[in-house]
Amino acid sequence: MASVTHNFMKLFRGSSGGTEATTPQAAPKLLRRSSSLGELSRQWEADSPLCVLDLGSTSAANIRFFTERSHKIYSEDLLVASTDPNLATKDEQGNRILDSRRFLADNLVYPAAHFDAVLCWNLPDYLDESLVRPVMGRVWSVLKPGGMMLAFFHTKDAGPDSPCYRFHIVGKDTLEMQPIVLRRETRRGSAGAIHTSINDGFRLQRVFNNRHIETLFRDFASIKFFLARDNVREVLVVR
Amino acid sequence: MSAPMSADLAQIGKSVVIKGDLSGSEDLYVDGQVEGSISLKNNSLTVGPHGQIKASVEAKGVVVQGKLEGNVQASDRVELRKSAVVTGDISTQRISIEEGAYLKGKIDIQGRAEKAAGK
Repeated sequence: MASVTHNFMKLFRGSSGGTEATTPQAAPKLLRRSSSLGELSRQWEADSPLCVLDLGSTSAANIRFFTERSHKIYSEDLLVASTDPNLATKDEQGNRILDSRRFLADNLVYPAAHFDAVLCWNLPDYLDESLVRPVMGRVWSVLKPGGMMLAFFHTKDAGPDSPCYRFHIVGKDTLEMQPIVLRRETRRGSAGAIHTSINDGFRLQRVFNNRHIETLFRDFASIKFFLARDNVREVLVVR
Repeated sequence: MSAPMSADLAQIGKSVVIKGDLSGSEDLYVDGQVEGSISLKNNSLTVGPHGQIKASVEAKGVVVQGKLEGNVQASDRVELRKSAVVTGDISTQRISIEEGAYLKGKIDIQGRAEKAAGK
């Protein structure tokens, strides 16, 4: 328990908080207890098979966790998908943005009301600003009424170097977290181009305050905050 | 990385491009490009690190080190190595995914009984 607490406090402090430097070969896995996951996991015990969408990095542990319980799981890494250079465009002021329409034409393409649960993890904090609202709107539409979505948000005390994590479910309310280090060649784009420029992890794009979070999820029926002792708020929203 | 050597292993090298339907009764190693469909019902398909497959795949076992775009139906197991980039739905009995592999799609794990019933 002590080591869990130690790891718990170590997370999300950013470089100024003394997070240990990691290399791709030695990316440590840290345990974290998650109250929102604990609440969401009550659904996993349902008799009927559920349809779950994991928007984080591909995780064999998560796939095993859900398939062992006879649920269907879909995996789609939206952060990696957002690195497609073909998405880059400019707004009316000439600022660089990502083309959300194009992004949603290739990603999150599912029938309406298809999923019982969506795992966003810390996606909104690391996703490009121009994609956050459109993506959350699409998530709303693919969730069944009454379906739940889990998301984590950093607080203002988190440093800009707070690492982006890969989340593995290892228990009803326990996550194993591993800093994401991208490899040089990530994937092939829809136009056939191979993306080769990425060799670092994702950067924290912004910090949402509670009001921003409520606004982001205003179309959802309810929102529940779980305050943790580290610099993270866990949010569970219900469509 | 060189292809595994075996007497019953057919190989498609890096410079080979195939468009059409592939079927056979021996294991297949693809390090080139294949577009169409691949059917190896009682054998395994290995997509090498340079392999680029744009096809539906039906095999006993599938190992991916390169890129695969299409649905995969494996009667035994699927292995996604760390360099794998897979876009498509996977239906199999067992799956292993190395850290770093990219997968976009549905994963359907079917038990032997389920398979026999054709569900």
